[in-house]
Amino acid sequence: MVKSEGALALSILSPVAALGRFMLGLLASLGRIALFAAEVVSHMLRPPFYPREFLHALMQIGWFSLPVVGMTALFTGGALALQIYAGGQRFSAEAVVPAIVAIGMARELGPVLGGLMVAARVASSIAAELGTMKVTEQIDALVTLSTNPLKYLAVPRVLAATLAVPVLVAVGDSIGIMGGWLVGVQRLDFNSAAYIKNTVDFLEMWDVTSGLLKGAAFGFLVALMGCYHGMNSGRGAQGVGKATKSAVVSASVLIFAANYLLTELFFS
Amino acid sequence: MIELSGVHKTFGANQVLCGVDLTIAKGTSMVIIGGSGTGKSVLLKCILGLVTPDQGRITLDGQDVTTGDRDAFLARFGMLFQGGALFDSLRIWENVAFRLMRGALKRPKAEARELAIEKLRRVGLGPHVADQFPAELSGGMQKRVSLARAIAAEPEIIFFDEPTTGLDPIMSGVINDLIREIVTEMGATAMTITHDMSSVRAIADNVAMLHGGKVRWTGPVTEMDATTDPYVQQFIHGRAEGPIESLR
Ligand SMILES: Nc1ncnc2c1ncn2[C@@H]1O[C@H](COP(=O)(O)OP(=O)(O)OP(=O)(O)O)[C@@H](O)[C@H]1O
Ligand SMILES: [Mg+2]
Repeated sequence: MVKSEGALALSILSPVAALGRFMLGLLASLGRIALFAAEVVSHMLRPPFYPREFLHALMQIGWFSLPVVGMTALFTGGALALQIYAGGQRFSAEAVVPAIVAIGMARELGPVLGGLMVAARVASSIAAELGTMKVTEQIDALVTLSTNPLKYLAVPRVLAATLAVPVLVAVGDSIGIMGGWLVGVQRLDFNSAAYIKNTVDFLEMWDVTSGLLKGAAFGFLVALMGCYHGMNSGRGAQGVGKATKSAVVSASVLIFAANYLLTELFFS
Repeated sequence: MIELSGVHKTFGANQVLCGVDLTIAKGTSMVIIGGSGTGKSVLLKCILGLVTPDQGRITLDGQDVTTGDRDAFLARFGMLFQGGALFDSLRIWENVAFRLMRGALKRPKAEARELAIEKLRRVGLGPHVADQFPAELSGGMQKRVSLARAIAAEPEIIFFDEPTTGLDPIMSGVINDLIREIVTEMGATAMTITHDMSSVRAIADNVAMLHGGKVRWTGPVTEMDATTDPYVQQFIHGRAEGPIESLR
């Protein structure tokens, strides 16, 4: 009787225990990630530097992400204009469309959606590449060739992403606002010149720069997650698959969390 | 001189090394033999610090390998990995010349390329492979490129993890001669892992057999055939019956 009660108590408690284990695991990996980040940043400031790897990463992360970020922004800007028009109509405030599209794109949607698209594209490819290097002993080989893998592999990618994503966000903002304008003029009968004037008058510098700063933070997080999970990949193809998945998931979640924190910091 | 004493390494529940003692004198060629999965590759990685031993001491010229300047330490080594471990984003010659294009040994690009092509020739590969990527080569060719990379900077200590597996008999002979040459002419210290008994005889000054996480037998290659150790005898003659159990 006593025994079965004990077993019952255990079975009731086991979800709690599982939750506890999960939380402990989460905290431990957050700690490891923070240490990894600190190490990457400290290596950024010390030679040797690898300009060739940096330029290559800049191409891969920046230039080749332009189409997907541009498309995302274009359609989001258009949809935003339609929604705000429909919402604004309820209290005859259709005229706010240009202002809200601009502010929404620059402050929130440009950086967050741009960051997420880059997470999908870049965190996954970095994690898969470095994970494969890890399981085929290429990272060990780097060490034996007197090259610090963190410096040679992680630093160029993290630096490139931190610099490239703000530029992508800037391009995304412009295309998004243009998408809003296109829908505004074509579908909602706004006057083109008035729409543009309204946007320019309303948008403040800080709306744009805050978004670019967010972009830099998101770029840093995306590449960091790709490198961290790739370099700590498990063994075999399964290990690489898991590393890739973890990189994308953790990069996306961290983008949302960082976005909230930065919004608090910038605007409250 | 490399000295290992009481080196232990466990992965989870898998006890791989349990007390390895071994001495490799400067300028000699040591060949490690032993069954698959006995921890030969792990042993080399322990010396290089790629795997941290749980216990034990490894010294190079009397100095503990875990202390001192790691860059200077690694600069003395070359390593051929069992799987090749070529960088697949770099061309063949850039792989071979990796060490010559950055760090302390940095030299002009044209000169590094020249040297890489020369090393490729020594492992039996023509200059036409220089501009290809590793994925475009066969397994045995990749192995030889990797060997060329290990010896490119002419290190004083070189580890070869199965240098001749996957090569045809003639190429194996060429590689055995090359390793022997590197030791006798350049005075390098070599540690080679191999399963091929003809390679053992061609390369080794000394042989060590790893079994059950320990060095079962070690001695000059000339004494290997005469030893009465049943483990060594079974291994070098490739018998299914003997003290080394094989699951069937
Ligand atoms: N990073 C690792 N994590 C977990 N286990 C490992 C790791 N590296 C090696 N092992 C285990 O250690 C044991 C010895 O591996 P090792 O690669 O040294 O064998 P080996 O003697 O080189 O064999 P082979 O001749 O087949 O290459 C194996 O059981 C392997 O599973
Ligand atoms: Mg091995």
